Amino acid sequence: MDSVTPFIVLSAILFTIGAVGVLTRRNAIVVFMCVELMLNASNLALVAFAKQHGNLDGQIAAFFVMVVAAAEVVVGLAIIMTIFRTRRSASVDDASLLKY
Amino acid sequence: MFALHEGGHVPVVDPTAADGVFSLAWLVIALPLAGAAILLVGGAIAPKRFAAFGHVLGTLLPIGSFAISLAMFLSLLGRDEGDRQVVQHVYDWIDVGGLHVGMDLLYDPLTALFLLLITGVGSLIHVYSIGYMAHDPRRVRFFGYLNLFVAAMLTLVMAENYLGLFLGWEGVGLASYLLIGFWQHKHSAAAAAKKAFVINRVGDMGLSAAIMLAFATWGSTSFTVISANADGASEKTMTALGLLLLLGACGKSAQVPLQAWLLDAMEGPTPVSALIHAATMVTAGVYLITRSNFVFERAPDAQTVVVIVATVTLLWGAVIGCAKDDIKKALAGSTMSQIGYMMLGAGLGVAGYAFAIFHLLTHGFFKANMFLGAGSVMHGMDDDVNMRHYGALRAMMPVTFLTFAMGYLAIIGFPGFSGFWSKDKIIEVALAENWVVGACALLGAGITGFYMTRLMLMTFFGEKRWAKDVHPHESPAVMTYPLIVLAALSVLGGLMLAGGWIQDFLSPVVGEEVEHDPPIPALAVTGLAVLIVAVGVTIAIMLVGRRDVPREAPQDVSFVTRAARADVYGDAINDELVVKPGRALTGGLLVFDRSVVDGLFSGGALTVGGVGALVRRAQNGFVRSYALSLLGGVLLVVLALLAVNLA
Repeated sequence: MDSVTPFIVLSAILFTIGAVGVLTRRNAIVVFMCVELMLNASNLALVAFAKQHGNLDGQIAAFFVMVVAAAEVVVGLAIIMTIFRTRRSASVDDASLLKY
Repeated sequence: MFALHEGGHVPVVDPTAADGVFSLAWLVIALPLAGAAILLVGGAIAPKRFAAFGHVLGTLLPIGSFAISLAMFLSLLGRDEGDRQVVQHVYDWIDVGGLHVGMDLLYDPLTALFLLLITGVGSLIHVYSIGYMAHDPRRVRFFGYLNLFVAAMLTLVMAENYLGLFLGWEGVGLASYLLIGFWQHKHSAAAAAKKAFVINRVGDMGLSAAIMLAFATWGSTSFTVISANADGASEKTMTALGLLLLLGACGKSAQVPLQAWLLDAMEGPTPVSALIHAATMVTAGVYLITRSNFVFERAPDAQTVVVIVATVTLLWGAVIGCAKDDIKKALAGSTMSQIGYMMLGAGLGVAGYAFAIFHLLTHGFFKANMFLGAGSVMHGMDDDVNMRHYGALRAMMPVTFLTFAMGYLAIIGFPGFSGFWSKDKIIEVALAENWVVGACALLGAGITGFYMTRLMLMTFFGEKRWAKDVHPHESPAVMTYPLIVLAALSVLGGLMLAGGWIQDFLSPVVGEEVEHDPPIPALAVTGLAVLIVAVGVTIAIMLVGRRDVPREAPQDVSFVTRAARADVYGDAINDELVVKPGRALTGGLLVFDRSVVDGLFSGGALTVGGVGALVRRAQNGFVRSYALSLLGGVLLVVLALLAVNLA
């Protein structure tokens, strides 16, 4: 077993937990945290592969993901706040008016 | 089938540039054209002011054209025989790529005779119309149309190339449409105008295809170029060209199978009938074939078709003429038949061209005379055209009667009158070329004798059959003087044959007269023709003159009479062969369009809409279901990549 394999396995586990969380949880905040978990799982994978290949490409990509995630958190939390203010609910299933 | 003549030799068109009086050639067309423009525009802007002098202006301009034509004719006579073709370049008409067409006017003996006929007889008809249309509120417009008609016909016969000829050809078609339908408030007149226009269109298609073929073959539409290089084309090309030209000629000259419009064209005012039937329009087909002699002399098959068409038409028209009670329609049938004689002459080639033109000229005189005479009779009979309501008019209208009688004697070919000489020559040539055709021409002459005598007897002789409130009277002098002039021409027109003048005069265009050995001597042919005409006249006297003419047409008549009354079923044939299949085709196309074409489009739209209605259910608004489909998609892509990589 290579030295990076445990990191990849961990990354996969984290990603799966995040994905299952996104699909099963109704609370928008929790869904949001699960999304963050998936992003960090992918960051871990990127960094692990960067170490395996011996260059910095993956690490730089991880920084980009972090920056995008931070920006996304700002916008996402603001939307969740606004929805909660108008509907008194943070359930993603309640915000289902935009449909066919 | 027909043992026709050997291909004769025709001269090439080789004109010199116009000078002297010939440089006025363009004015011959320009004068009536200007008249048409002034009268039609002015008459629309200031109707009252133009009503005062419009008819005078409209008459003087064609007379001016006649004066120029006469001066040019005399000047042409003064030239050597080999130098009698003149061309005037007026302006560059079309100059696109390989197509160079000049507005060139050709003046040669053939055109010279046509100009004299068109402007001369045309002017007389204009003068006559002053009286005939005196009470019509739209007289100015009528004269505008007449001038347009004359200008178009002059363009037709003066053009030096087929395209210019086509311009005049279409102009004649337009003007005839406007004039036949002049009394447009009458449904029958409007329908007749449309019919003439549509049937002429079929012929025009043939002519335009012929022009394209000529351009494709020689790269030019000029008579000069084509006649000089005519030997370069194959006989197949020439035959195709000849047949297409014949189709065009059939339309304008009302030859079978495009004859049906001619009888309905009688809906127009009578001077129009005279103009269409005598001086212009129907003569255009004969002109076209004579002018294209360099084509037909190299296409004997096409010539044979011309002869067949002409023979059928001359009998067809004669039969129609026998049964019509409408005086104008009887004369129209006669025109069809006489044009058949001219086409026959033209179809016989070098031996017949000159006589075709000769008959065209004499026919122009006597038929204009008789049409205007018929108009004069109608004028006195409150516009009644039914000959069964006439009778014994000779005492009431002495001038009309006498002038009409001159036309009558001319058309039946009474010895010494113009029609005698011209028709006799065509019969003679026809007999020499082929005895079947000659026999048909002789038979036609006999039928001519019959129907013209019948017309004469029913109109001017016998008992009075007028309605009580009709008071027949002689027409005013402005109408009778043209009749007298035309009657004189009908009598004396035969002088053109004296000493073979017309053959010699036309020889630079249509070739030297060929010697033919008739199976029977010329004198015997003449005697036979006179005898057959006499038989026809006698039968008419026995059947019509010796009995009372009923005011109502009897219905228990023979099959032949019924057929003749129905124009030998010309309309019925057109209906069955063209109109009904055409309607069925359009009906079928409509059904096809509605079911198949529309079905394809609306079916496609419906399918897309239905699928969309189903698929949009996926947009249910639940974020988590979107997330699931996203995940599913990613998994699919990853699995696919793995499958590809591992495979």
